[in-house]
Amino acid sequence: MTLVPQAIILGILTGGVYALMASGLTLIFGVMQIINVGHGALVILGAYLSFALLRSLHIDPFLSLVVTMPAMFVLGVVMQVVFVRPLKGDREALSVLVTYALALGIEGLLGFFFTNNYQQLNAWYETASIRLFNFRIAYVYIFGFALCLAILGGIFWMLYRTTFGRAIRATMLNRTAAQLVGVDVDRVSALAFGVGVASAAAGGVVFGITNVFNPGSHYDLISRLLTIIVLGGLGSLRGAIVGAMVMLVTTDVTAVVISPVWSSFVFFVILVCVLVVRPQGLYGVTVRDRA
Amino acid sequence: MTPARRTSALKGGALLVVVVLALLVPVFAPDPATTNIAVFTTMYVGLATAWNIMGGYTGYISLGHAAFFGFGSYALGLLLAHLGIAAGYTPFLFVPVAGILTVVIALAIGWIALRTRAATFVIVTIACMFLLQLLAENLVSLTGGGSGLSFPVPTWSGDFFNTPYYYAMLVLALVGLAVSAGIRRSKFGLGLLAIRDDEDKALAVGVPARGFKLTAFVISAALVGMIGAVYGYYVTYIYPQFVIDPLVGISMVLMVFLGGLGTLWGPVVGALILEPAQLWLSYNFGASRLYLVFYAAVFLVVILLLPRGIVPSVTDLVVRWRHGSTAGPTGGSSETREALAAPGVRSP
Repeated sequence: MTLVPQAIILGILTGGVYALMASGLTLIFGVMQIINVGHGALVILGAYLSFALLRSLHIDPFLSLVVTMPAMFVLGVVMQVVFVRPLKGDREALSVLVTYALALGIEGLLGFFFTNNYQQLNAWYETASIRLFNFRIAYVYIFGFALCLAILGGIFWMLYRTTFGRAIRATMLNRTAAQLVGVDVDRVSALAFGVGVASAAAGGVVFGITNVFNPGSHYDLISRLLTIIVLGGLGSLRGAIVGAMVMLVTTDVTAVVISPVWSSFVFFVILVCVLVVRPQGLYGVTVRDRA
Repeated sequence: MTPARRTSALKGGALLVVVVLALLVPVFAPDPATTNIAVFTTMYVGLATAWNIMGGYTGYISLGHAAFFGFGSYALGLLLAHLGIAAGYTPFLFVPVAGILTVVIALAIGWIALRTRAATFVIVTIACMFLLQLLAENLVSLTGGGSGLSFPVPTWSGDFFNTPYYYAMLVLALVGLAVSAGIRRSKFGLGLLAIRDDEDKALAVGVPARGFKLTAFVISAALVGMIGAVYGYYVTYIYPQFVIDPLVGISMVLMVFLGGLGTLWGPVVGALILEPAQLWLSYNFGASRLYLVFYAAVFLVVILLLPRGIVPSVTDLVVRWRHGSTAGPTGGSSETREALAAPGVRSP
């Protein structure tokens, strides 16, 4: 069975991009206690922005991130200020609905501008491959993994080595206390939302090179991302990364051992088992003081 | 008559008029285009009412109710196929059986999902919906997978075709409303509202929260499953992404929020406004998918500007007007209580 080790390696490599996307989602949850159901749509939006740049200006997808990430950062800040901040009362529930609405809006606009046909980002490294321990692995997986590691590293560096990061962590720990010691939590929330959305742009590029996508792809994507962060424990960056790896490795191994159609099913079963034993997810308890 | 009596007599009369009008729809507007809209609108009245029993009363937001809708649909379709039941009125008799089967699956899903609260619950319900969709797709020998499942097609002619479905939907909607009203007046309903306001305090004063939540979840799911069953028979052909559609799940939630979360009539008002609008939009702009943008806009406006919904806001206005015009307190009508029980009005 040489297929299984290959599936594991591929699972880890593709797990990187899911780890990045899920980290953005869990960061937003940690800071604001809101679930951004629109995260999947934002990833797809990021993929389409790079697609548009590739098609009209022939800019390499990875290179286009220089433009799309700042743009998505601004979009994220605006979304937070306009739609999330005014929410009163039951923020958790209302935020789910608001971000779901944003996802529908993005889906509708993308469908209008780009039609519902499936697209894929093309680049030379998509098909070219490298031999690694007897396996062939396309460059794109390695590049994508490296990019995701770099951005995740950047997020961790920001969280643990900068004053702004300390303010984010303080807000995640205790919003009121952070406010009392002089953290501008509204500003921190808006910027953290921007960071999460910008990371979705990067995730979108890697997702768009390795998968075909259309405006409706966000449903499948968000259901995967949400189950990842629930498995890891809401608000835990470590949990998001571990959850992503568990999901992708399981699905890839299931695909070769049993059948591709059952790959997501096995992950859902793992999720259900974890929830029965630990309703708070893998890192659910230690989350609040870690991330 | 005392003012309270007069209000309840008025309300009884209004209710009777509404029901009679609803019963007469196929008589006044027999053309299929209109009755089709009537079928879907009544369907959403039922769905929103059923969702409200869980989401509105206990405050647990399920975005995965489309799972039960699809499950009920498949349950009826498979029953009809395996028992070899011909088209006609008999399939309607099996709708309650589909409801009972939905109860079984809802018990299993609810048992797991209700171990979690708030945000995690929302996500788990979404995950369960996609899980069922996946199963419907992969268990090809049972469900037919992606190639779908066909229902027997009745031979009713032209104008009459939609009418039996309309009445079936109407019966289910009325049953849903009766159940919802009954729960509001019961001790069980009081327990659910207590759970919504503060689950830990509710537990402390002796509300069996786990059992109550699961019961509400199952009742809500069973109603949705039965409506899904009639829907399947109405459209006569179903496939996984079509009946287990996240948009169906989110539509019922939006209708409840628009009308008034946790009120008896809010879901009805929300469905009566939104479903015809949605049908009109998807009919006119469906191809361009711009209707999604419009839908999103309505959604955002409702939640940001009218977070309590139409019914509580309007009742507040009526109450204020009454208090202004008549001397002395008139005592809260049941609508006032309904409004006060709605979320977002917890403190003043």
